[in-house]
Amino acid sequence: MVSGGAWEVAAAVRDPEIPVLTIEDLGVLRDVRGDRDDVVVTITPTYSGCPAMDTIRDDIVLALTEAGYARVRVDLALAPAWTTDWITEKGKRALRDYGIAPPAARTARQGPIPVRLAVRCPRCGSLDTREIARFGSTSCKALYECRACLEPFDHFKAH
Amino acid sequence: MSELDPHGDVTVEQVRLSAELAGAEGRAASADVAEYALWLGDDALVLAQQLSAWIARAPELEEDVALANIALDLLGHARSLLRYAGTWDGRTEDDLAYWRDEPDFRSAWVFEQPNGDFAHTIARQLVASVYLYELYTALQASTDATLAAVAAKAVREVEYHRDHAVQWTLRLAGGTDESRERMVRAVGDVWPYADELFRDEPLIDRLPGVAVRPSSLRPDFDAVIGAVFAEAELEAPGEFVAAGGGRSGRHFPTLGYLLAEMQVLARQHPGATW
Repeated sequence: MVSGGAWEVAAAVRDPEIPVLTIEDLGVLRDVRGDRDDVVVTITPTYSGCPAMDTIRDDIVLALTEAGYARVRVDLALAPAWTTDWITEKGKRALRDYGIAPPAARTARQGPIPVRLAVRCPRCGSLDTREIARFGSTSCKALYECRACLEPFDHFKAH
Repeated sequence: MSELDPHGDVTVEQVRLSAELAGAEGRAASADVAEYALWLGDDALVLAQQLSAWIARAPELEEDVALANIALDLLGHARSLLRYAGTWDGRTEDDLAYWRDEPDFRSAWVFEQPNGDFAHTIARQLVASVYLYELYTALQASTDATLAAVAAKAVREVEYHRDHAVQWTLRLAGGTDESRERMVRAVGDVWPYADELFRDEPLIDRLPGVAVRPSSLRPDFDAVIGAVFAEAELEAPGEFVAAGGGRSGRHFPTLGYLLAEMQVLARQHPGATW
């Protein structure tokens, strides 16, 4: 039996790098099953090398243990591969409010020469922005700059 | 199952959870599959270690961050692949990374090419990322569920690496006389090592449906490189081909130094954790 209580406890764990997002908002929490004695949580990594996964794993064990679950196991599932399309609408709003431009839906691409879509500034809403660097402070983000309000900002890459 | 919230258009009930990250509750690899996972894992590990040497030394801060991010992705691929390879004989990813010597590594020579100047690193990244993109695209159809899962994850990350390499190739080739000259020289130096990636070793014949046949990747690799070179107004270097031999444990001289640096701490303090 899936325990609704266990799901809620695990779902409240936050991403250590982007604390406004829960792992449920992020689409990282895949499955919770078991009972009060044994509970198995399945999560999926965002990026293959993402070091936040170890912290998330520890935080889930801690949260469920504190909530009274006796034995907690956290499994990692690679398939199907995580995509930013799994970030909830609530999560995307939280990202924007936090100053991170949320990902757009993944678009088809043609050939090896990349084509860029405009990203909206999370501060002033302008589309007159430019990518400063495709890779940012964490695996999932790119660094942008707004030409209207002149603020730099992070963009959660569509992935 | 009302407790389970939908994630976008995918709900957890529909999610297949069988292909767990190898090494946890996953299946053990056979000897041949383990060897194949070792090839791919060593390629990723060696390239990750090479790129990490740019940290705090890249031409600009953004590039420092970019190369570190790419190295981190590759390290993630290496960890998954080595963990899976280790299920064959009970070794951990750390056993395989830190306690094998040079002849036990299976990386191809192109990944072992020195960082050189920035143009050399970009030329090596171009070969590596275009190859890895085609490889992981094909490997998603592997009948081995773990390899297919690692590939499906990796292919989207390698797509960024390819974009990065393509953009820098265009920028350096179309930049100043100096940057163009360096890019041309780098492509000429790296190119002879690309051929080894597309050789069908005997192991491949023993893994039909599991492994990707290297020679089958060549046409798409050549087409992508051709498009990039046309845009960058670069010419494909001549037909000179390096010997290679990484899949049999014969390596380019750089690998020994790279391993010495990578392994020294683990060997001086066996079992240490932090």
